[in-house]
Amino acid sequence: MSETTTAKTADPHSPGTPQSHEHPVDFNSYVRRCAIVFAVVLCAVGLMIWASFLHLEWSAKIAIILLIASCNAFVVAGFLMHLLSERKMVYTILGFTVSFVIGLFGLTLWAMTDFPLHTVTH
Amino acid sequence: MEIPYTVEARPDTGLYNAKVGIWLFLSSEVMLFGGLFSAYILLRVGAVPGTWPHGWQNLTLGTINTVVLALSAITTLMAWVACKVREFGKFKFFHACTLLLAVTFLCIKCEEYREHLNHYEIYMKDGTYADGDMVQNDAAQDYIVIDGRYTKNEMDLYDLRSQKVVEKELKIPRSQIQDMQSYGPWHNDYLALYFTLTGLHALHILCGSVVIGYLWGPGRKLWKTDPERFTNRVEVSGLFWHFVDLVWIFLFPVLYLT
Amino acid sequence: MADFFNQFPPHRDESHSHDDHGHGHYDPGFWAKYIFSTDHKVIGIQYGITALCFLFFGLMLMLLMRWQIAHPGMPVPIFGHLLELIFQHPGMPNPAAGGVISPELYNSFGAMHGTIMVFLGIVPLAFAAFGNYVVPLMIGAPDMAFPRVNMASYQAYFLGGLVMTVSFFIPGGAAQAGWTSYSPLATSIPTHGQLFWIIGMILLITSSLLGAVNFIATIIQLRAPGMTWMRMPFFVWAQFVTAFLLLLAFPPLEAAAIMQLMDNVAHTSFFLPTGLAVGGKIAHVAGGGSPLLWQHLFWFLGHPEVYVLILPAMGIVCEILANNSRKPIWGYKSLVYSVLAIGFLSMIVWAHHMYMTGMGTVISTFFQATTMIISIPSVIILTCLFISLWGGSIRINTPMLFALAFLPMFGIGGLTGLPLGFNVSDVHLHDTYYVIAHFHYVVAPGTIFGLFAGVYYWFPKITGRRMNEFWGSVHFWCSLLFMNLVFMPMFAQGMAGMLRRMANGGANYSAAVNSHAGADVIGGLSDSIMALHTPILWAAVCLGIAQIPFIINFFWSISHGEKVGSDNPWQSTTLEWQTPTPPPHGNFEHFPVVYRGPYEYSVPGHMSDFTPQNEPEISTPAAPKIPTTAH
Repeated sequence: MSETTTAKTADPHSPGTPQSHEHPVDFNSYVRRCAIVFAVVLCAVGLMIWASFLHLEWSAKIAIILLIASCNAFVVAGFLMHLLSERKMVYTILGFTVSFVIGLFGLTLWAMTDFPLHTVTH
Repeated sequence: MEIPYTVEARPDTGLYNAKVGIWLFLSSEVMLFGGLFSAYILLRVGAVPGTWPHGWQNLTLGTINTVVLALSAITTLMAWVACKVREFGKFKFFHACTLLLAVTFLCIKCEEYREHLNHYEIYMKDGTYADGDMVQNDAAQDYIVIDGRYTKNEMDLYDLRSQKVVEKELKIPRSQIQDMQSYGPWHNDYLALYFTLTGLHALHILCGSVVIGYLWGPGRKLWKTDPERFTNRVEVSGLFWHFVDLVWIFLFPVLYLT
Repeated sequence: MADFFNQFPPHRDESHSHDDHGHGHYDPGFWAKYIFSTDHKVIGIQYGITALCFLFFGLMLMLLMRWQIAHPGMPVPIFGHLLELIFQHPGMPNPAAGGVISPELYNSFGAMHGTIMVFLGIVPLAFAAFGNYVVPLMIGAPDMAFPRVNMASYQAYFLGGLVMTVSFFIPGGAAQAGWTSYSPLATSIPTHGQLFWIIGMILLITSSLLGAVNFIATIIQLRAPGMTWMRMPFFVWAQFVTAFLLLLAFPPLEAAAIMQLMDNVAHTSFFLPTGLAVGGKIAHVAGGGSPLLWQHLFWFLGHPEVYVLILPAMGIVCEILANNSRKPIWGYKSLVYSVLAIGFLSMIVWAHHMYMTGMGTVISTFFQATTMIISIPSVIILTCLFISLWGGSIRINTPMLFALAFLPMFGIGGLTGLPLGFNVSDVHLHDTYYVIAHFHYVVAPGTIFGLFAGVYYWFPKITGRRMNEFWGSVHFWCSLLFMNLVFMPMFAQGMAGMLRRMANGGANYSAAVNSHAGADVIGGLSDSIMALHTPILWAAVCLGIAQIPFIINFFWSISHGEKVGSDNPWQSTTLEWQTPTPPPHGNFEHFPVVYRGPYEYSVPGHMSDFTPQNEPEISTPAAPKIPTTAH
């Protein structure tokens, strides 16, 4: 984001060279896409709130709500952040990150719940 | 020699420098919030059964904020699209919306914080609890007034989802109060997590707003000289903003709904 | 001195400094050139000098602690009055009254020695200083990908260092809870030192984060045409993996630091359990927190941090061994895959620091297994480096001496770690001097020797002059001798059961002291074990004195060292030597193109015994596989 100041003077009206996206950007199609994404997000929020009022065990409710939240996150990341059509390098970086997050969550939780026998107080 | 690939993509990676940079930065952000979320999981799993609070949040405000942030994510993307099709007027409109939405979000957040800090749990000398919003706490008076209820069972204070709470104005003499504490981060682990997680998230919103405000204001000079690079900056700041939205997508259910 | 400061053209006219963008010449004023520089080389030098100062500071703290251990309750010679003066605060008991270090002061020295050495000394020197100066040159880049982020990274580091240093002078003194800052101890000690520590750490973590993003982006994006992944020098690979570790392992500690900050400031109970008693009284906290949570988040960083410390040193050693044995590195690909494996595995071994926290047997076994597995790639690296020497025409010079000493010293450090990785033997050795000896062997004669090697090796590139060889070897031999004299006896002390972090050096467990007092202690520390304190103290003092030749040599050689005859005084193949000395702003006169791997030494049929990476093929002049650039 911050490089030494360059003096590249490009014509502001030139179409530019969109290297990072092969397809030229179509404004209206993006408006449509955004409307759909927003509708999906609203639905997901509504669904989550509805699910939280169901008469179920908390563990089941949490599972349902987090599932909806994950779908919601998938839509936002996939379409708004263009993660569905990203470069291999980005996937590689995120792949490492996700594996470490899983390690952090999984192993800490495992370590905290694996006690020597007969030492758990509650 | 100039630094290459500041604007155009490097052929073998297909990315320009700042985009690699922002994704790396976001990975570290994933780990940062990952650390905090793992704290959430561990403290919740380790809590004494029945003491994890439910329904302590103002669901209306939370839902409004969720929608506000989702909408701002949309306007951020549209601002980038506007740059991409070289329509600067639309860019200015959409990012003005983003900034307004961000300010709205922060204002609502402040109101939520105020509500929590004004809510008191009062332990009476006779062993009962009074719980509610502070209405009057004047040091000169020998009583306080809260808008709340009495309960004998401490467990009643935790789960507000499964009970109908009737609140009325209570006048409590100071002489009967053993101890009282507001619902700040010091109150219990849930509120500690709530304030820390949402506080850090709000800090991200604030930083994101500063960056977007810079691009919208003084930073727009670059549009005239190098629109492609300006568009890249909008994209990169947009990625950050979407990430902040993603964090909220998980914060909302884990703090407000479950 | 003149050459050193003339790396960049002097500013000609300050009034032009605002409108010279894009005219191709680099012409900043003094402040922009040396203080607020965005040039990776200047930032590297800034990092290097600051970090060396902090290393020296850390060494001084260690000497004071060693005095206290060997002579508990006796005033510190020479520096005693100075300490008394520094720590005097009106209305508070002096922690150095009469020049005697109090246990509280000892604790804060211990905590800050660790913090300073790790976070302010070695990481900035190994990763930020060498990485900044050398990596862009080695991959043929004109600068880092984000020069201003780079500057911000140094500034955050400097600020963090400042906060840490200032914390010594506040009433109550610096943090006392060890470099690990375990809660609830860290939250219970009634000083503001811990608050300074947390804020300092948050700044340092931010700095590392910005640096790591920059390094990875630079290595991914700015490699010169033809510099494919498998043509990168091993040092670049080591820095690449190190940057990933910093990027992904540090944020959980930042999260933990934020939570500890909340515990301190907002009185939350993230790490404070229900029923916590401080000073014999129930603490007024909400409770419900988990002290183990802090340990998990801390060691999630803490273990990768060990590899952050060691990998850059391995990279430096690899470069120097290849260069001075005039022979390609044996098993370059094994090295690369090993370093990647280390990076990956280092994230799932952390709880071997926590065997004594009451973890279950299943999870202990898991972490024991991953810990044993991670030693395999480390051994592969060490073995490759050893085999690389076989049959080489070895040149002995100061960088090579340090690089050669790195191998056995790191070997001792690594192998003595195995008993700590097994959870059964760790029960006996945990928290003893054995642990101290183990990780100091890895970091002090290991990493620091690697870093010294790097300083001697790249000094001619930075200044255009060599450091003095004679004083270099004096520095080396004395350091090698005294390092071992300091740390070797600690293995014995640890196995005899001497605990670390005791201000009186274990006098309360000493068999002699206890029998004199009439107490009957079974398994007390014997006289011979206690007596080792004194030789360690004097070896440590000598180790400190042995650094004086280095300091003088370093500054003297900047202006008076022997001038190098060419840009490539070590006849090296890698790109950093194929530039003018010192490299100008922008590093290369034109973009270098890479045609071959990094270690083409003694290629049969070639006229010299080294073939630089940017030397075109003579027999096959076909264009190399390069990404087309805009330039």
